[in-house]
Amino acid sequence: MAQANRSMEVGTGLFVLLGFAALGFLTTQLPASGLQLKRSSASYSVIAKFDDIGGLKVGAPVTMAGVRVGQVNAIGYDTSVYRASVTLSIDRRYARIPDDSDAAIQTSGLLGANYVAITPGGADTFLHAGSQLQFTQSAIVIESLINKLFANFSSNKDSGDDKKGSSDASK
Amino acid sequence: MSSLSQRRSMALDALGKIGAVSLFLLRVLGQCIPALARPQLVLKQVYNAGARSLVIIMLSGLFVGMVLGLQGYDLLQRFGSESALGVAAALGLIKELGPVLTALLFAGRAGTSLCSEIGLMNATDQLAAMEMMAVDPVRHVVAPRFLGGFIAVPLLAAIFNCIGIYGAQLVGVTMMGIQPGTFWSQMQNSVELRDVNEGVIKSVVFGAACSLLAVYEGYHAEPTADGVGLATTRTVVTSAVLVLLLDYMLTAAFL
Amino acid sequence: MAEPRPSAPPRRTDADPTHAVDDAVVDVRDVYYAIGSHAIFKGLNVRMRRGAITAVMGPSGTGKTTLLRLIMGQIVAQSGLVNVFGEDVARLKRRELYRLRQRVGLLFQNGALLTDLSVFENVAFPVREHAQLPEPVLRELVLMKLQAVGLRGAADLMPAELSGGMARRVALARAIVMDPEVLIYDEPFVGLDPISMGVIVRLIQSLNRLLGITSIVVSHDVREISAIANYSYLLSEGQVVAEGSPAELNAEQKDVVRQFMSGSPDGPVPFHYPAPDYFEQLLERPGA
Repeated sequence: MAQANRSMEVGTGLFVLLGFAALGFLTTQLPASGLQLKRSSASYSVIAKFDDIGGLKVGAPVTMAGVRVGQVNAIGYDTSVYRASVTLSIDRRYARIPDDSDAAIQTSGLLGANYVAITPGGADTFLHAGSQLQFTQSAIVIESLINKLFANFSSNKDSGDDKKGSSDASK
Repeated sequence: MSSLSQRRSMALDALGKIGAVSLFLLRVLGQCIPALARPQLVLKQVYNAGARSLVIIMLSGLFVGMVLGLQGYDLLQRFGSESALGVAAALGLIKELGPVLTALLFAGRAGTSLCSEIGLMNATDQLAAMEMMAVDPVRHVVAPRFLGGFIAVPLLAAIFNCIGIYGAQLVGVTMMGIQPGTFWSQMQNSVELRDVNEGVIKSVVFGAACSLLAVYEGYHAEPTADGVGLATTRTVVTSAVLVLLLDYMLTAAFL
Repeated sequence: MAEPRPSAPPRRTDADPTHAVDDAVVDVRDVYYAIGSHAIFKGLNVRMRRGAITAVMGPSGTGKTTLLRLIMGQIVAQSGLVNVFGEDVARLKRRELYRLRQRVGLLFQNGALLTDLSVFENVAFPVREHAQLPEPVLRELVLMKLQAVGLRGAADLMPAELSGGMARRVALARAIVMDPEVLIYDEPFVGLDPISMGVIVRLIQSLNRLLGITSIVVSHDVREISAIANYSYLLSEGQVVAEGSPAELNAEQKDVVRQFMSGSPDGPVPFHYPAPDYFEQLLERPGA
């Protein structure tokens, strides 16, 4: 009787452990902005303002040379300059980022998620908490690219016809 | 009886049943806290409902994940997006297949066992004997079983999901040759905490629903062998329909 | 077994001819109970005297078990009074009802042991639920009760491993573990071999004599019950058709009583279930 009790308790314990491990895996490892177990909270925040953030989301990574150095903490809109204001939280380990660096919103892959890529500048002073990145590049929106392409096509076509017309006329 | 009055009495029966189940739920919930005063009982039911369903859940999870991998690969390949297999499998499992299938499997394996256990105890006068010994059978028998299922189902769903993702990876990476890095990074990029939360909420709700139906049917079954058998069948059928209905409602609510 | 408790009345082994009403532990007066349109009791009057063995007999289906459920408060009569320990059972709230039930032990027909507990745990169940006894004390108590019914050696068996008679004895041990003042036996002799029956009879008698427990035995086993009962009621058609000591009932001349006591197949309770004329039904042919 005690033997059956023992194995039942062990079995239940194993099951509950497995279940919570699975839950833990799903909530922390899987999502991009999952619950951070080891909150390396040693980070500092900087601001970057963009004309168009595209599909950038809170929690998107901030990279330098492709390496993740932080994440997007907040996205707002600055009504005084009519631009999007993005708060980047950068790990304290990367404390020597020149303050004339460039922040660009890029896409991972052709149709992937947006992230912020920082290209270092050459200044001697570095970013600290609260500084603002002066140089930014907005996201490339595919639709406007295509629009531009079409606009180019039709204007080329028009000027081509004009040339032909004028050459004919001159004959 | 004319078909109109037949349909009316059927509607009234259905209404009455919903009311009866809801009232029973209140009674069971009221006894859940006192039932926790005897953790041994609840633990035993968590074992019955959860640990003993592990094998079927893990096997089903594996196969469902593998099928997702196969079908997902075939479908995505037509659009040149095989690299998104990880995302498709993970989201499909976490948001829908995990909670729903786990609940259905639970209803079939554990729900029937809960129902027939309680039904048989009723038929052999054990519940009446408890009443005569001044022990509330809802507190001693029903509430622990309800709690057992309620605790077990979300955990089972999480295990189902993890094994399912592994199964999808088995098919996608090992068999179909997708780069493991792509598989996992795409998944991690696109799965949000919100998705996982929705899945967990769903499995909690489904767990409560299936457990409640099982204990209700068992408690109110006709105290004969026939009656218990019928009640068991009703448990599975009603659980399945209710789970799918709740699934629609929750999915709509989340979107 | 322990000595009788000080509060028990002087032991009486013969029937008290006056059958004093004020010494009644259970008092059922003019009870009318019906399920739907079918009336089970039409004006029932029974009294169970303290310290006596009272038998309730009657043909199958007269509602003997229903009477027990009325006494235990499981069901409520449409009209009439059911008094137990001087309190109207129908008016009791759930908590008071539970307290009442702790003073009354009920032995079910099939024992109704909890199948997932061992014999020991079954007997210990009421104690664990209602009292906080240290384990060694509980163990002694349970073993003593099992010893009283002769099953101390079976303490570690599971109910599925017991014979019918043994299961009933374990249920009896469980019923007395909280030292109730009243014990109700629902058809305790059904389906037992003569030896087991003798055991149960002896147990009922000992418990009554040595512990002063008021006993109510519902049975239709006339011979067995007459040997031990102080007072008997015979129910038929929802009413008491005869009452008295076993000797008085035996001398009763009413047809209903005579048929029951002597076990004749035909009498006021007919042999044939109502049916159309015999000849006509035999000669009936489809299409004739």
